[in-house]
Amino acid sequence: MNIHEYQGKQILKKFGIATGEGIVAETPESAVEAAKKLQEQTGTKIWVVKAQVHAGGRGKAGGVKVAKTLDEVKEKAKAILGMNLVSRQTGPQGKVVHKVLIANDVYYPGESKPQEFYMSVLLDRKKGHNTIVYSQEGGMDIEEVAEKTPEKIFKEEVDPKVGLQGFQCRKIAFNLGLDGQAFKEMTKFIASLYKAYEQTDSSMFEINPVLKTSDNKIIAVDAKVSLDNNGLFRHPDYVEMRDVLEEDATEVEAGKFGLNYVKLDGNVGCMVNGAGLAMATMDIIKLSGGDPANFLDVGGTANAERVENAFRIILKDPNVKAILVNIFGGIVRCDRVAQGIVDAYKNIGNIKVPIIVRLQGTNAIEAKKLIADSGLKVFSAVELQEAADLVKKVLS
Amino acid sequence: MSVLVNKNSKIIVQGFTGTEGTFHATQMIEYGTNVVGGVTPGKGGSKHLDRPVFNTVQQAVESTGADVSIIFVPPAFAADAIMESAEAGIKVIVCITEGIPTRDMITAKEYIKGRNCRLIGPNCPGVITAGEAKVGIMPGFVFKKGKIGIVSKSGTLTYEAADQVVKAGLGITTAIGIGGDPIIGTSTKEAVELLMNDPETEGIVMIGEIGGTMEADAAYWIKQNGTKPVVGFIAGKTAPAGRTMGHAGAIVGGADDTADAKMKILRECGIHVVESPAVIGKTMAAALKKVTA
Repeated sequence: MNIHEYQGKQILKKFGIATGEGIVAETPESAVEAAKKLQEQTGTKIWVVKAQVHAGGRGKAGGVKVAKTLDEVKEKAKAILGMNLVSRQTGPQGKVVHKVLIANDVYYPGESKPQEFYMSVLLDRKKGHNTIVYSQEGGMDIEEVAEKTPEKIFKEEVDPKVGLQGFQCRKIAFNLGLDGQAFKEMTKFIASLYKAYEQTDSSMFEINPVLKTSDNKIIAVDAKVSLDNNGLFRHPDYVEMRDVLEEDATEVEAGKFGLNYVKLDGNVGCMVNGAGLAMATMDIIKLSGGDPANFLDVGGTANAERVENAFRIILKDPNVKAILVNIFGGIVRCDRVAQGIVDAYKNIGNIKVPIIVRLQGTNAIEAKKLIADSGLKVFSAVELQEAADLVKKVLS
Repeated sequence: MSVLVNKNSKIIVQGFTGTEGTFHATQMIEYGTNVVGGVTPGKGGSKHLDRPVFNTVQQAVESTGADVSIIFVPPAFAADAIMESAEAGIKVIVCITEGIPTRDMITAKEYIKGRNCRLIGPNCPGVITAGEAKVGIMPGFVFKKGKIGIVSKSGTLTYEAADQVVKAGLGITTAIGIGGDPIIGTSTKEAVELLMNDPETEGIVMIGEIGGTMEADAAYWIKQNGTKPVVGFIAGKTAPAGRTMGHAGAIVGGADDTADAKMKILRECGIHVVESPAVIGKTMAAALKKVTA
């Protein structure tokens, strides 16, 4: 589960990590109020208006603006709120901004030059260990740094037996070129960051930039936090941080029915049991001359109700020209699924797109007969190749 | 011969008396699997499905000589169950449970390192040696005895592949569902290696998906050490980057873990790659014919 920057910073603060101050606003007027309050709290005379969306690359996309007066705060907040932010991470369709974070200025001048770094904590899947990735090249698109100058990115692996050690924090801080007070602050920052990552059951922390201020403090200026869905049961307070506005409305609805649905851009919908078979079915659609309109895993209990809900979800997409149902019945009996399809067809009524039903496994023959006898205009198949051929036929 | 489990395996079920445990243990017994008992803390001393229930894995091992365990424990307690099994001396631990926190799995995987055991899963359909032992949730009737081994990250796609292989007249030795989570006990490469060393297995079907590098690692190993034909399929050619496709591990992160990139590596390593999952069985049959011709 992804959360917003301001929520990520709330978590960091709990673990003693300095983040700079900020207040969330949903209208230009409340943005001004937030800016005033922030001035009282911190004395800042410059504010940063930051779009709150679940995607990186906001700065380049025009979602982060500096304001030097309260009028400017209003103006910039007005421009950002409601904008469709398009970055490398949002994809071409972009994301609508519903909230902005008004943050105080942390780049104030002082005894030394402010310096930006990159730091993230995530799982190295190959090794099964958590890893801290860091670079002196902060505040930039890290994918670009990795591509062009991979030698500037460092990794520090954490041994799960003993956890992150002091020497590792020192090594990172030295490699970032720090000394004196800033060095000390950075080692504390790293230790706290890792602790926060681990204790919150996160799957990724990305702080870009980590800032060394002009008075040698270390601050998380941004926070991109991804929580492990499987660990959420231990953190009921984080469950409330979910922002469904950031998700596709149909996907949210599907989730309520226990369906794992991902909307895609194609013309052939599909309903499958099992994630691997669902992806394979999408591939079959492509090979048959179509494009998958969705990923949909109905799960292990493909009963009549789920099947009906799945049909309703798929049919919401006006681009769908045909639907392929692909169920490999193991524990699930195919004749029961077939009955579900027949019932759904009748209950929904007026389904205009052709449906290809491939039921294989337990009671597949009975299922095929059941569908044939129902008189529905459904194309029935048993082998996967048959189903693929039917998709081709229907589309041509 | 076969790998991991066979008719002589002594199997216990962790989470034996729960709904899932009861249902699947019943199915396993019906298949002819040698289930010798189960573990449910607090219910030790009773009987379930005509078999003894124990409080701890240790007790189960001591009184039954169990060497294989299958886990149906809820996600919050499953990593603990894995470690309990390892500590008690179980040799093959099959964890079916879906939804275990990654943090718990990092600990469990580290714990079992260096102990004499192998973990399969979690979030997997289990392992089946056709005609001998079903230690999993797969539909047993699909898996008819034969000469092909299967390694797969996914459940129903494994059944699909097995069904095709059986219908092509080849049959199955052992099918290993390794699981779709970011951290799993046995990698694609390790599972392939087991089957490559099994004298009964004449060919291997390797089914992967987008995300990670496990299939590529297996392919490089096969290129160096392979002695049998391998048919490969990578699901998710049409999956968009950055979106998780059902399995927590199935997400395209970089240029190396797309289906196309993986298929290219597989091909370069001499694996018979199928673009369509509908021709896995046929392709395996053709590849075997080439070897014997």
